[in-house]
Amino acid sequence: MSPVKKPKLAVWKFASCSGCQLSLLDVEEALLEIAGAVHIANFPEASRAVVRGPYDLSLVEGSVTTPHDAERIHKVRRQSKFLVTIGACATAGGIQALRNFSNIEEYTRIVYAHPEYIKTLNKSTPIREHVKVDFELRGCPVDKMQLVEVLSAFLNNRKPNIRSHSVCMECKIKGNPCVTVVNGTPCLGPVTHAGCGSICPSFNRGCYGCFGPKEHPNRHSMSRVLTEIGLSNPEIVRSYRNFNAAAGPFRKESEYHED
Amino acid sequence: MKTDKTIKVDYLARVEGEGALYVKIKNDKVTDCKLKIFEPPRFFEAFLRGRHYSEVPDITARICGICPIAYQMASSQAMESALGLEVDGQLRDLRRLIYCGEWIESHVLHTFMLHAPDFLGYQDAIQMASDYPDQVALGLKLKKLGNDLMTTIGGREIHPVNIRVGGFHRAPSETELEPLIERIEWGLDAAMGATEFLSGLKIPDFEVDYEYVALSHPDEYPICEGRLVSNRGLDIPIEEFETHFEEIHVKHSTSLQSRIKARSNYLVGPLARFNLEYEKLPKSAKDAAKIAGIEPGCNNPFKSILVRSVETVFALDEALRILKSYKKPDQSYVETKPSRSTGIGCTEAPRGICWHRYSIDDDGIVTEAKIVPPTSQNQSTIEEDLRQLIPTRLELSKDDLTWMCEQAVRNYDPCISCSCHFLKLHLDRE
Repeated sequence: MSPVKKPKLAVWKFASCSGCQLSLLDVEEALLEIAGAVHIANFPEASRAVVRGPYDLSLVEGSVTTPHDAERIHKVRRQSKFLVTIGACATAGGIQALRNFSNIEEYTRIVYAHPEYIKTLNKSTPIREHVKVDFELRGCPVDKMQLVEVLSAFLNNRKPNIRSHSVCMECKIKGNPCVTVVNGTPCLGPVTHAGCGSICPSFNRGCYGCFGPKEHPNRHSMSRVLTEIGLSNPEIVRSYRNFNAAAGPFRKESEYHED
Repeated sequence: MKTDKTIKVDYLARVEGEGALYVKIKNDKVTDCKLKIFEPPRFFEAFLRGRHYSEVPDITARICGICPIAYQMASSQAMESALGLEVDGQLRDLRRLIYCGEWIESHVLHTFMLHAPDFLGYQDAIQMASDYPDQVALGLKLKKLGNDLMTTIGGREIHPVNIRVGGFHRAPSETELEPLIERIEWGLDAAMGATEFLSGLKIPDFEVDYEYVALSHPDEYPICEGRLVSNRGLDIPIEEFETHFEEIHVKHSTSLQSRIKARSNYLVGPLARFNLEYEKLPKSAKDAAKIAGIEPGCNNPFKSILVRSVETVFALDEALRILKSYKKPDQSYVETKPSRSTGIGCTEAPRGICWHRYSIDDDGIVTEAKIVPPTSQNQSTIEEDLRQLIPTRLELSKDDLTWMCEQAVRNYDPCISCSCHFLKLHLDRE
């Protein structure tokens, strides 16, 4: 045992692709350093060893989609001093929230031969709809350096330094030519939360909203631009309905354009 | 005295996703063995209906954070087959190159971070690092190399943004890729060293008579295309998959289980590819196999860790070959107008074949989608392995037997997020 008590970290998975927690293993150079600074007490994707709670910091990946998970999240909250959600599933419901716009029984029949074996909720919901969340880190997937920043902030009792401007601003900072202005490419950059480093426009494509809506997005103005460059209403609806489809402003704007 | 035991693992560790294992042993016989998959269903095949074909690779990537390329490639190829598009030359090479990145990242993650600790008796790679600091650091550096290859071409390692139906949004320039050459040359040496280290692991004795299924291409070790072949005479175009294979929905799993209609369960992934397609490996990978002490006819699933290391050497060798001859293509993608049709795609994900079928209408809107991921194909084979393994290891304590069972499950590098539509261990000895 080390003389100084290390803070205990837990990583929890709900409905998700495991990509956001993988981001933690993807900080290759810093991983062993992080493992030196915290006690990885519960992280099943990486370790068999499970240390009982309470935990100083819980990272929660995934959305709530089953009755069992709706209960489990309360157990996680009770054991956690701080709870931080990581990624679009945990903060907005994820791609699986596309069910929220449809009939789940029909979905189950399409995928499974015995729908009666499947227990699932009608809606995929973000963690904050179930328990108090101390910080939400966006992205599909999260940016791994932002994840390290959040870890460092919570373990040192400070506020995470995460930019809250738009992807559009990130392009300006990077000096990317605007894909909408130059090529007429549809781009959600003006309404999407920063964090990825405006990857898509750097690859000749428009932003497709992985980080979800920024604070106070001008969504009507965004849709007007999309209409002007030739998108039909169903295309506009689909533009908002990806990994953050159930996030307030994206949901409302997609419903506004539905016939 | 005959043993009765129940082995239960409520939440299997070091696998991607949520699963459990339940094994019941009565009078030295395994009476029940279930790989339970309780990963919540996410209904991809349902909500893909109504999406435009061009949106599908970005959506299917989200099935799995560890092997997004596998889903992006198989769905892109299925769409291209529906549209009648050929993607070849440098674009085809570029696809193979980014897929090599995913093989390297995924294989090294599994061998060093998730599987090697089992062989050495550690709970995880971080514990292992205190006794094997250089080896774990080497694994992490190799994994980073795979990730960097994906990031350079795809924009990021998890859910790359640059892949589209018909090719890429932007083809990288020669100067962007050039710095990778020197690093991959280092990687090839390092992966040989890693293979040597892994060849020293104590591998449990255990052999199974498997039916292996893999893609087979006339000139290349399979990644992106080929016919579906097996060691029991299967040799079909990917379009005939559904004629020969079926998916069964069992109560204890939100993942569908696959079997060959004419026979039974089968195995996909590194062991299948190595045994069926060994001849097509480059010299470097054959040398690595020699170092690892394996050759075709390797039927010990615990040796899959060695095969992954050999395949890592292959992926690095292949990446180097492509990088050295890369010329930026004039067009980064090919396209055409959609018309009502159905297309099928199948590629070799790190864990085995990943098969997709989509139907689209005249506007390019998806009317039907079917996805068969590798882990659901291996699921019943994993259960079968345990049924055969446990009776040979009854002298072990309950804790040791449980750990052995977990290790046997991890032989498959199961990706439960993918298969779930997948895993927890309950070992029940009465």
